[in-house]
Amino acid sequence: MSNEFYTLRVNGMEHQVQDAWAGESLLYVLRERLGLPGTKGACEQGECGSCTVIMDGEAVCSCLVMAATAVEADIVTVEGLASDGEPTDVQQSFVNAGGVQCGFCTPGLIVAVHHLLDRNPAPSDLEIKEAISGNICRCTGYGRIFEAVRQARDTRAADISGGA
Amino acid sequence: MTVVNATSIEQALSALAANPQARLIQGGTDLMVEVNFNRTKVENVVSLRRVAELRRWHLDDETSMLRIGSGVPYAEMERAPLRDYVPALAEAARTVGSPQIRAAGSLGGNLGTCSPAGDGLPVLSALDAVVHLRSSAAARDVSVHDFMVGVKRNARQPHELIVAVSVPIVQGFQGYAKVGTRNAMVISAASACLVHDARAGTVRIALGAVAPTVVRARATEAWLATQTSLVGNPKVSDTLAREFGQRAAAECSPIDDHRSTADYRRHAISVLAQRLLLRAANESTATTKRGPQ
Repeated sequence: MSNEFYTLRVNGMEHQVQDAWAGESLLYVLRERLGLPGTKGACEQGECGSCTVIMDGEAVCSCLVMAATAVEADIVTVEGLASDGEPTDVQQSFVNAGGVQCGFCTPGLIVAVHHLLDRNPAPSDLEIKEAISGNICRCTGYGRIFEAVRQARDTRAADISGGA
Repeated sequence: MTVVNATSIEQALSALAANPQARLIQGGTDLMVEVNFNRTKVENVVSLRRVAELRRWHLDDETSMLRIGSGVPYAEMERAPLRDYVPALAEAARTVGSPQIRAAGSLGGNLGTCSPAGDGLPVLSALDAVVHLRSSAAARDVSVHDFMVGVKRNARQPHELIVAVSVPIVQGFQGYAKVGTRNAMVISAASACLVHDARAGTVRIALGAVAPTVVRARATEAWLATQTSLVGNPKVSDTLAREFGQRAAAECSPIDDHRSTADYRRHAISVLAQRLLLRAANESTATTKRGPQ
């Protein structure tokens, strides 16, 4: 059962990881071996959230996942959120609200917000703050990020009620 | 370096028996920081991520004991039904890192790392938890007080696996409080867990991050029992709560380090203990109907 190579399932596709040191983080493997640099690395100790991915339905810090232990898991990165090359509703709301400055924290926030809204389509303001509390931004002061999440929430709610 | 991805407790144990020096990884929130920063040389790893049995919990209605698998993530302890069974554990879980960390971190990891600042440990101490260990040859139960040996040292033998921890369902107030340099995403400078057993008429208080291991302020607990009746709703004056806090602070032995100073930690404990006791007195009526009757 030692891992000469192992297979990761990322955004619905199987990727074989070969000749890798087994201690590499999922963050490193995504960026450096699988060509998926959307996931960002900053603190590498689970403090900043810029490396957030969804693994088996949970938002986790990919820097704290040993990639060789993530076999059999369903991993979704920021690259896997939009299906048709168009921005997702959350991505568009970040653009609309101006919730991006340097952009480094943005992929992690986008993933965290998708995870939130997929589980809880109508989060309260407090639930939004709680859900993005693990994603640190050093530029925006969070006002516009928070506004972007509220917009995404309200747009989804309007779509649901409009379509009903 | 090799990684074994165990899918059962038996597989993990045989991998450990074959290689007792292997490092165990569950959520990775402790070990991967060491690996990422080259603080540790890891040769062999046994991953418990896919061992479903470690992620289960079970409430024994007859004994009123809740057995929590060592891999149950903190996120699950924050939610019902575990939140209602062990409210102090839910409060502690809510203060662990961020949502991302709470989706990964577990009591097995807290016990395995055995940092005096581990957020779950004061709760386990105040509840007199039992740690369930298994090896390929045997199983044994260790009181959490004996399990925690020193700073990042515990009683687990190299070939053993922490499979679960058991805590009693207690009728009465229980709460957890901690102080750090900010409100979220912070490692404790000082923490405390207080459990009021309204039936037995006892108050137990455990203190975190103020000694090499979590401390039970047993002299303070015994003193409090001589000052007021603790059966049912305890009557606690502000003066009594203040002295309770001061006595608890006197039972810890904090140090100066990069996170805080000994003086501040001692002061923080006196305030946290005082507040928790007042909460126990004020909220006990509302919190005695939890769990199985």
